[in-house]
Amino acid sequence: MRGNPAMHDLVAPGSLGAVLDLLAAEPGIWTPIAGGTELMVAFSAGRLNAPKLVSLWGISDLRTIQANSDTMAIGAAATFLDLRRDAVIATEFPLLARAASWIGSVANQSRATLGGNLVNGSPAADSSPALFAYDAEIEMISVRGTRRVPYSQFHTGYKRNVLAPDELLYAIHLPRRFARHRQYLRKVGTRRAMAIAKVALGATALLEKNTVQEIRISAASLAPYPTRLFDTEAALLGKAITRETVLAARSALLAEVKPIDDIRSTAEYRRRVAVNLLEEFLLELRRGELHA
Amino acid sequence: MSRKRDESPSSLWPAIQFTVNGGSRTVRVPPMKRLLDVLREDLHLTGTKEGCGEGECGSCSVRMNDELVNSCLVPVLQAEGADIQTVEGLALNGDLHPLQQAFLHHGGAQCGICTPGMLMAAAQLLAHTPHPSATEIREALAGNLCRCTGFMHIFESVAAAADAHDAQQANEHTMEQTHHAR
Amino acid sequence: MSALAIMSTHATTRIVGAPVPRKEGVDKLTGRALYVDDIEREGMWHGATVRSTIPRGLIRSTTFDHRIDWREFAIVTAADIPGENCIQLIVADQPCLADGKVNHCEEPILLLAHPDKHKLREAVGAVYIEYESLPPIFTIEESERSDVIIWGADNLLKSFLLEKGDVDSAWSRAAHIIEGEYRTGAQEHLYIENQGMIAEYSVDRGITVWGSLQCPYYVVKSLKSVFDLPDEKVRVIQTETGGAFGGKEDFPSNVACHAALLAMKCGHPVKIIYDRIEDLAATTKRHPSRVRHRTALDGDGKLIAIEINLDTNGGAYATLSSTVLSRATLHATGPYLCPNVRVNARSWATNLVPYGAFRGFGAPQAIFAMERHMDEIAAALGIDPVELRRRNFLHQGDTNATEQLMRQPIILDQLLDRALRESDYYARRAQFARENAGCAIKRGMGIAAFYHGSGFTGSGEEYLNSLAGIDATPEGKVRVLVSNTEFGQGTNTILTQVAAEALGLDYQDVTMAAPDTGIVPNSGPTVASRTSMVVGRIIERAGLQLLNLLREHAGLSSSHTREEFFAACDRYRAAKGEVVSLCRYEAPPGIHWDDQTYHGEAYGAYAWALYVAQVAVDTVTYSAEVEEIWAVQEAGRVLHPVLAAGQIEGGIAQAIGFALYEKVVLQDGRMANNQMTNYIMPTAEDVPPIHVYFEQSHFPHGGFGAKGIGELPHDGPAPAILNAIRDATGVSFNAIPLLPEDLYAGLVETQPAEEPVAR
Repeated sequence: MRGNPAMHDLVAPGSLGAVLDLLAAEPGIWTPIAGGTELMVAFSAGRLNAPKLVSLWGISDLRTIQANSDTMAIGAAATFLDLRRDAVIATEFPLLARAASWIGSVANQSRATLGGNLVNGSPAADSSPALFAYDAEIEMISVRGTRRVPYSQFHTGYKRNVLAPDELLYAIHLPRRFARHRQYLRKVGTRRAMAIAKVALGATALLEKNTVQEIRISAASLAPYPTRLFDTEAALLGKAITRETVLAARSALLAEVKPIDDIRSTAEYRRRVAVNLLEEFLLELRRGELHA
Repeated sequence: MSRKRDESPSSLWPAIQFTVNGGSRTVRVPPMKRLLDVLREDLHLTGTKEGCGEGECGSCSVRMNDELVNSCLVPVLQAEGADIQTVEGLALNGDLHPLQQAFLHHGGAQCGICTPGMLMAAAQLLAHTPHPSATEIREALAGNLCRCTGFMHIFESVAAAADAHDAQQANEHTMEQTHHAR
Repeated sequence: MSALAIMSTHATTRIVGAPVPRKEGVDKLTGRALYVDDIEREGMWHGATVRSTIPRGLIRSTTFDHRIDWREFAIVTAADIPGENCIQLIVADQPCLADGKVNHCEEPILLLAHPDKHKLREAVGAVYIEYESLPPIFTIEESERSDVIIWGADNLLKSFLLEKGDVDSAWSRAAHIIEGEYRTGAQEHLYIENQGMIAEYSVDRGITVWGSLQCPYYVVKSLKSVFDLPDEKVRVIQTETGGAFGGKEDFPSNVACHAALLAMKCGHPVKIIYDRIEDLAATTKRHPSRVRHRTALDGDGKLIAIEINLDTNGGAYATLSSTVLSRATLHATGPYLCPNVRVNARSWATNLVPYGAFRGFGAPQAIFAMERHMDEIAAALGIDPVELRRRNFLHQGDTNATEQLMRQPIILDQLLDRALRESDYYARRAQFARENAGCAIKRGMGIAAFYHGSGFTGSGEEYLNSLAGIDATPEGKVRVLVSNTEFGQGTNTILTQVAAEALGLDYQDVTMAAPDTGIVPNSGPTVASRTSMVVGRIIERAGLQLLNLLREHAGLSSSHTREEFFAACDRYRAAKGEVVSLCRYEAPPGIHWDDQTYHGEAYGAYAWALYVAQVAVDTVTYSAEVEEIWAVQEAGRVLHPVLAAGQIEGGIAQAIGFALYEKVVLQDGRMANNQMTNYIMPTAEDVPPIHVYFEQSHFPHGGFGAKGIGELPHDGPAPAILNAIRDATGVSFNAIPLLPEDLYAGLVETQPAEEPVAR
């Protein structure tokens, strides 16, 4: 235990409005903390650079999961167990439910939040590929009001995002229009449970008359931050899944990913496995084996 | 090296109240102090162990508001008002909990350091899934690392505890079901 | 989930062999058991260690940040050591605190203590040490090249030459000569309780230490030397210990000396508890190895010569490298008969954290090479790997590599038959051979045959001359008096079973005396699979001796009730005083060992085993998973069926980690993945179903017939798993840990690079 609790302020204003007021009063001074599964690890290791923290835990406005007619609105502080227990997510957004089950263990899922996973912005974030695949939209809030950006514009660099210093991530919106899409998500970790992704690939696609009408593909741990693979998608959009398009998609993926060597894996392995996963997805797509 | 407040008398810290094993407790400690350290240092409940300090090993698992949490990752301020159960709260009036009985007779504990957390994870499982499948047992315990047993006798112990007592009894022995409003 | 089969044996016992509850089980299950970090002493301070940040160099200066008020702290350097600045193991080369130079990253240089552990942590970061760097070496290859000498005259920590017959003349007669090189990596013990100690010092009473440890008298030895104190001024008490696996055999001496130095300096009890980051970075690991085999076989596939060059990386100081190397040497040729053998074994110094004891103690490294090599031989000769092994098994009356006559029955064939039957080996292999072709998942079966010597090597047990016994207190307690410790493996339970059985008492009547060198005699360290066999036998004899004493002097009848036993104890105590029975180790007859020629009875007994692993290799992700393991063994009498199975299962899980998951990533001589999130051990979802079978025998010189069991299960899984991967993929992998990145490197050559995988 290397952190000193006396060196950090932690307050719990208890309501969303009070948190936003605090952030507005001293922009950039307060670090929001929800379930603590990232920040408390840094704290224990003595590398938490956050003198003042404001707790989001227990603010019900941030933890609601609401199924509207067209969209699913997920509060940023909904935990991964909340996501796993939601019936609509289980049926309409199975990739997200599966990603939630990959977060650490039960004791992490009870505390880790979807918003925390996104704000932390790890290249290996488990929920990101599913959110890209479902064309998620991110809603942010401050005393100035709310605004939305497509998830594909949320991350701007390694552990950087579009949140202003006085803003909180408020909700994640998923359009409820994936019932007919073929869906794929696979994570390659170091072990079955409690694993950090060495590679993950998520995708949804709409196939009509054997032609790709719509496709979203994204990957984890292949770039400095979670990314959608637009070039790979472009190689497939409007095409039939043939040997040629598969090869073209492979080339596009290899050209646009930027994996690295680190203590968890190698760039070469990541690149090759990403290609294998893409191919597995496309072959299953062609054979109609994927869940719709 | 600037330092603030750490030499202040403890009364300057705000009071934080919560329930542990059925009893109300109030502590005056830095709000960022880990729940694990509050349990061990301030409340002298040393049954909850620290193995890694990074939420990986599960030795510090406790039940908080009917969820399993790693107490090393909970700043104590976030436990304000919570209902917490630790390994010390499993046995009732000196009678071992069915899980403790099963672990004793089926070899579920060896060196014992992961055991308190393992028991809490198992109690959390049985509270909601009284008759878990082998897969459910494995998933529920995946965040609790044991280096001694190879897990086989832990799985056996949990299955035996589930067989021995139906859901209602398991619930009686575990936690008052206090679902807090989100 | 695990099948446990026990053959009945001829001996009828009431308590030995019964699944009695673990002696300290209730304390562990209720959270009452006190581990070292659960203990507070009046006025206690906390201690921490300032460590080297470079792998090799001279210490030029130490600067203390002026923003800290150092008057609040106790500061200890090598200059404060009253006795010899050395941790006493086999060779006195490892300083307790670095004095002028450092030889590995994380080497302790300076100690700090303070009442507030948070201030202490801040202060550790405020001590600045300047070095003059010297060139480091990290690998066996760099060390043997001898361009840079860091230890002795030639970097060689220890070497052994074992020779049997005439290897050199055998090659010309060989029908086949097969060569191979095999490597194993460092492995972290990953006990879930980190290292920790509390020490108190007073001029009158000397030093008292409480801590997490395996071998109290090892710690006594180092404390006596570092403080220049006599025996009666040093007391070591083991606290409940949360896993050890060899990691708390040698290393706790360092922590104990550090805590005691700080306690002496500040006049308060001092507690040192490593956090996981420090424990992973600074403590011992399993020795990495490189083993080269050259093997001659005749036309029938029988071994005619084995030549092995076995090298281990020992790290910066000698610690236990010599004895680890010895056990590796003695297990290098496996459970096979071969008339001509040469094992040339060397352990090399490098500028890494010293490697130390770890379950199996060199045998897993040597057996990985031998059993992997056997499958390579089988493939080269076109023989079924099962059949190759069967043709070469040792049998009763044969001699092994040290020309030890195998006096006891050897039931390897029986173990093999059982393993094949329980695993349905041939049917599964055939099924996988059919299914693999059209499937991205390739399955395979692999086996490993092996033995593990119980107890200290050669004359080691006679040298230890262990003393252990039983006493009966005036309070009516019967206590087992041993310095052997409980750290999960079941010492408390099996030794009280043995004592109760021998004394004709109930299990509940017998307790363990506190593991406190102020109370218990030196019955040797708790290592080397020696507790059940060696110490168990001493306790069994001490029990019989106590009964004879009570029969002779206190009128105990030949068939007594427990009430009559305690009444006799009272009569004896009134008439003669203390009721105590101590016995020393007695070597089995016919044990001769020559340390110079490495010939003779290397071990009093061997446990034998056949393990089968089923694996699945995913050719999309290049990951291998163990799907099932069958473990058949003969380890003498099983003293406790649940505990024994638990030892096997735990050892197998740890060995699966050794084979497929656990990699110590080094960068410039320091561990880069020193967090649990990056050092990957198998979880509850990764360990497959493990089926454990014991074929029991009665070893006449072990406690109620027991041999050693604790280390055996770490020997076989790794080669069985890699043999299964070869069966699944047709590709030979000869190094562990075998991570997906390594599998990728081997398998990718068999896959087309450009074409989509055809399925």
